[in-house]
Amino acid sequence: MSTPPSLLVEDLAFAYPDGHQALFGVDLRIERGERVALLGPNGAGKTTLVLHLNGILRGGRGRVSVAGLDVGKRTLPEIRRRVGVVFQDPDDQLFMPTVGEDVAFGPRNLGLPEAEVAARVAEALDRVRMADAADRPPHHLSFGQRRRVAVATVLAMQPEIVVLDEPSSNLDPAGRRELAEVLDELPVTLLMVTHDLPYAAQLCPRSVVLDGGLVVADGPTAELLADAPLLAAHRLELPYGFSPRPAG
Amino acid sequence: MGAGHGGALATRYLPGSSAVHRLEPHLKLVAVLAFAVVVVATPVHAPWAPAAYGGYLLAVLTVAAVAGVGPGRLVRGLVVEVPFVAFAALLPFVARGPRVEVLGLSLSQSGLAAGGGLLAKATLSILAATVLAATTEPRALLRGLERLRLPQLLVQILMFMIRYADVVGGELQRMRVARESRGFTGGGVRGLRVVAATAGTLFVRSYERGERVHLAMLSRGYSGTMPSGPVAPADPRSWALALTLPLAAAAVLLTGMLLG
Repeated sequence: MSTPPSLLVEDLAFAYPDGHQALFGVDLRIERGERVALLGPNGAGKTTLVLHLNGILRGGRGRVSVAGLDVGKRTLPEIRRRVGVVFQDPDDQLFMPTVGEDVAFGPRNLGLPEAEVAARVAEALDRVRMADAADRPPHHLSFGQRRRVAVATVLAMQPEIVVLDEPSSNLDPAGRRELAEVLDELPVTLLMVTHDLPYAAQLCPRSVVLDGGLVVADGPTAELLADAPLLAAHRLELPYGFSPRPAG
Repeated sequence: MGAGHGGALATRYLPGSSAVHRLEPHLKLVAVLAFAVVVVATPVHAPWAPAAYGGYLLAVLTVAAVAGVGPGRLVRGLVVEVPFVAFAALLPFVARGPRVEVLGLSLSQSGLAAGGGLLAKATLSILAATVLAATTEPRALLRGLERLRLPQLLVQILMFMIRYADVVGGELQRMRVARESRGFTGGGVRGLRVVAATAGTLFVRSYERGERVHLAMLSRGYSGTMPSGPVAPADPRSWALALTLPLAAAAVLLTGMLLG
């Protein structure tokens, strides 16, 4: 039997209680170890989709499954371990008094023994190159460092898939490069929600374009970014002076 | 922003390695609370009360000296006492009973004693609390409260307050700068309206941030209780050290009661 995909979304539709319909039947399959960029204009339904992946939003049509496990009320604890969501503002994600305690928050929620928690905290901080910051309060760190710690907080749960919401926003060029280096070395499946097309091109071989609550394109990032009419139709724009190189 | 490197609420902390600094936070909390109870239990109208206050003062100043907390810091800690001072100063004028002439003013004798006692007790308790704040980091205080079995919900609320005081303060600061950059200069009724709008916006933003934080917590498996790390039991010597202050105060109180 082959391994199930890291993420499988089938015919997912969802309307908010106020009647606003955000998703109209999304299909998405991400294999284990893939790195995929989720592109799309504001209001395309990207955040709504992300909140379905770990079961924060449920109750619409369709199905989400993570490494073979369906998202449902009973599976929520395990789903939230398998799906690590890194939110856009690290100040939302880092709420404990010190970096180390914050990274330990997830593993402790899993009920792991303290020795295992300590080992995971050390490993996760090491992966994001913040090993020496464990005892520091988050507000002493730079924005880029806080974002990397936010990545560590989900890595400590040893997730099947890491979902990043606008990982490059508000970063200075050095912070952006440092984060890219960290992400590039992560041995996990990655789904990156972004407007930053060069960042997608740098890190993700495959991209998915979401617009109007539907997947409108899915393919190699270089090809999608070279398709000017497609980009224009979905309010995606390359920065001035950037020209995508086709794969190969 | 503008709150210093350690954050708005950490500015009261003086880093150090004195015996007082090293003491476990929950022991210090117990010591300060017990000290305050002894101080408050001192009968105001007893003739030996002023001597007892002197004894307490000596005890708390000794602890401050051991901890390396200077007089400047202690005086700044007393600023929170100002409302008490105003109330205490009022008592001699409004209380009934036999009156005495002081500088041509007719003052109530018992009001004078009550006001003086209130002031002395508040000052002593605040001095002890100031030493506690100066020798204990805010997050260590939280751990102490948690170990003393304060309800988790309260500890969590305090924890979020400490964590987000700077974030919200920073937002307020940026809103102020943005306001003034557009020529706003405060003052007057119009100014009040703008300040009220700012407060409202800040509240909504903080509320939304609270929702986002909660979402991020849920995403990491939060289920209502805050998982805490390992705790080492406090050894009897630390307890003995911590209880020196309240025991000294209790000795002063007992001496007064027996001799007075």
